[in-house]
Amino acid sequence: MHKEAAIRTPLILGDKTYHDITADVVGPIEGKASKTWYLLVTIAGLIALWGVGCVVYLIATGIGVWGLNKTVGWAWDITNFVWWVGIGHAGTLISAVLLLFRQKWRMAINRSAEAMTIFAVMMAALFPGIHMGRIWVAYWVLPLPNTFGSLWVNFNSPLLWDVFAISTYFSVSLVFWYIGLIPDFATIRDRMTAPAAKKIYGILSFGWSGKAKQWTRFEEVSLVLAGLATPLVFSVHSIVSFDFATSVIPGWHTTIFPPYFVSGAVFSGFAMVLTLLLIMRKVMKFENYITIKHIEYMNIVIIVTGSIVGVAYITELFISWYSGVEYESYAFINRFSGPYLWAYWAMMTCNVISPQLFWFKKIRTNLTLTFILSIVVNIGMWFERFVIIVTSIHRDYVPSSWSMFYPTWVDVGIFVGTIGIFFTLFLLFARFFPVLALNELKTILKVSGEKYKKEDH
Amino acid sequence: MNFVFSNRAKIISFVLIAIGVIALVTGIFTVSSDRIWSNLLINGFYFMGISLGALFFYALSFATETAWAVTLRRVMEGVFSFIPAAAAVLIIVFIGATMHWNHIYHWMDEATVSKYVAESTIDSEHPTYFKDKAAAQKAEEAGETVVLNEAHYDELIANKTAYLNTPFFWIRTIIYIAAFIIFARWFRKRSLKEDETGDVGLHFKGYQRGALFLVIFAVFSSTMSWDWIMSIDTHWFSTLFGWYVFSGMWVSAMNIIAVLSLYLISKGYLKEINSSHIHDLGKWIFALSFLWTYLWFSQFMLIWYSNIPEEVTYFVLRIEEYRVPFFGMMLINFIVPMVFLMSRDAKRNPRFLIFVGTIVFIGHFLDTYMLVTPGVHFEHWEFGFVEIGMFMGFTGLFINRVLAALTKAPLVPKESPYLEESLHHSI
Repeated sequence: MHKEAAIRTPLILGDKTYHDITADVVGPIEGKASKTWYLLVTIAGLIALWGVGCVVYLIATGIGVWGLNKTVGWAWDITNFVWWVGIGHAGTLISAVLLLFRQKWRMAINRSAEAMTIFAVMMAALFPGIHMGRIWVAYWVLPLPNTFGSLWVNFNSPLLWDVFAISTYFSVSLVFWYIGLIPDFATIRDRMTAPAAKKIYGILSFGWSGKAKQWTRFEEVSLVLAGLATPLVFSVHSIVSFDFATSVIPGWHTTIFPPYFVSGAVFSGFAMVLTLLLIMRKVMKFENYITIKHIEYMNIVIIVTGSIVGVAYITELFISWYSGVEYESYAFINRFSGPYLWAYWAMMTCNVISPQLFWFKKIRTNLTLTFILSIVVNIGMWFERFVIIVTSIHRDYVPSSWSMFYPTWVDVGIFVGTIGIFFTLFLLFARFFPVLALNELKTILKVSGEKYKKEDH
Repeated sequence: MNFVFSNRAKIISFVLIAIGVIALVTGIFTVSSDRIWSNLLINGFYFMGISLGALFFYALSFATETAWAVTLRRVMEGVFSFIPAAAAVLIIVFIGATMHWNHIYHWMDEATVSKYVAESTIDSEHPTYFKDKAAAQKAEEAGETVVLNEAHYDELIANKTAYLNTPFFWIRTIIYIAAFIIFARWFRKRSLKEDETGDVGLHFKGYQRGALFLVIFAVFSSTMSWDWIMSIDTHWFSTLFGWYVFSGMWVSAMNIIAVLSLYLISKGYLKEINSSHIHDLGKWIFALSFLWTYLWFSQFMLIWYSNIPEEVTYFVLRIEEYRVPFFGMMLINFIVPMVFLMSRDAKRNPRFLIFVGTIVFIGHFLDTYMLVTPGVHFEHWEFGFVEIGMFMGFTGLFINRVLAALTKAPLVPKESPYLEESLHHSI
């Protein structure tokens, strides 16, 4: 068996057995849902409904109900789109990249992070869809034969690349997530007594029997999918950044965008994972699985990616001066001292300064502070996209067309609504799905479990 | 077991160094001095990059609690022991630039950044320049006729003098080099001490310092690339440049660590290294080649696509005048590792790794060549014995110094909390 150094912190605390793990994870699915769950799902559901109402109103009336104008043609819509895609990054990073890096702590968080990814990407995909105005012809974004319309899609456009990038990412993430779920669904099936539930979980588990051959294939396919998903972690947000960076707009066109967007995405994704998991570990009593060490590791990822983002901000700022290009310099001067300076400084504070607090071990192991900071980071990352999008275009080359962007209630309503839909989906997931990868956790119990480590040394 | 620097290896390294010296001497008599200087910069920077990449990975493995690489620590220490030597070469180049013995950095030339010139001295060999109006007026009061320096003044470069000026350049250079040497020495000292005492506290100190180095390197790897390399093409700018150069350093370092380990294994050393370690090194070369290509593509594609004159000139020159080396090195550095290291067996096969390693070693040299040469020689470039010979000479020097450093301590650390994990590494 794999030998683990004594100085490594155990990843499963307490005196757990294989059976305990199953009982802890499947127990909440078998039992009745708590009142808290019903309360939360009602609130989230109402917000979601409000969002759906706003979307219906938008489609029925037209894009004019948003605050866009002829200078600021992209604002909250694309901000929200990029924000959600970014959040959807952590899941695949955790499941694919950390798998390749043999990081065993990922096993406690990968399932819910992947679920979060899938829901976040769904929310993201909504925005370009409704931005089209005529959503009933949304299929025109696909390269369909000419008989469907007078135009082929423009292969030179990064917006089209985005269609491919995001749909590929979504498909691979979904398959990856589902394959991981199969053995766990089988465990639930075997424990269920109610015939209907047993039947449903039986179908979901694809007849998994847990033979050695099946496990070998399971591990092989996980590695293959991890290999495929790792480039996707990079490609999706790189291509999102191309939407801006291929243009000739100062503030949008800069070469650092692809890797910097990827880093920012992982940054916000981990913040959202923390927000969700800190609540989940408390409500579902997973303190022994999602330990303080797990939280600390995630906070370290936040320091690293936050600092990379910080270096990128400062690089952009420096090069805008160094370039000697008047428009380029102005775009940045306008950012930090123009009418949107509050957004710029909010972004700087939330994204660059606040994560540095995690250098202190006391702060990164403190659950309340981590929770607060995880939300601060998500606010900061929303502002980052707002700053990039709106401040770069609200003052264009012709001063007579300079303008400001003011969101309408529909802008706000749809954004808040997507948060409601996201949480509704996540709550449903937490109710009916195994939220920890229980079979994977069992593989590390005897190596990284607290009790076994103590016996070993 | 300590490594013994065999006579055969010594002779090979000296032969390579001799070829380098011959190339240098014949170069001095036959080619332009700037060509010699730019080759010194290319080689100095390339081997600096390899050494720094090893130091970076060393710090990274501490900060990320990586166990498998513990048995490779001494090999990495050997590679980053070359930092002072590479720094010395770079400093010689920078002294040459400051003294105007070479013209690598256009912004160091007074003529490009001075708006005014004394009329009577225009045609002389060293005209009297005045940087700003105040200085020019002072001279006029003294009876000199001052005119606009129309022939050489370059407003774009002059606007950058707040950053690109010789004193500030030297301050930065000295800070970078000092920081690198201090960290390299500290890690080496700590490592030898841990062997003696086995103190776990030393390990945790390494963890902290590793994280600190990563922070410093995150900033310095970018600014260093701007100062030493990007400022050669003084007009041009790219925010991604530093990260692109960094990825090249990292992949070159992993490549050298792999090849060097395989050499040591073939001579009967490093018995603690098994095929899983080699496999992991192969994975790094494979993955980082993708990272490097990704960054190359991001920078190239965005500039090519937008086609803004200020930026695109950089690639226009490279495509029109350097087409073969420019695209050639990119294809080599991407396709060779991708195709040959795709399979698991290949990453465990020493012959494959050495074959790919040799090509990648040359490929990334060509990358460094492409970073420097077009900005110095524009369309007047030649690639011949001087380039090849000097590269061989520096390779010989690198082999000689690194192998000599390896003899000084046991090849595998005796003490580390992660040593057991590394010894039993199996994937």
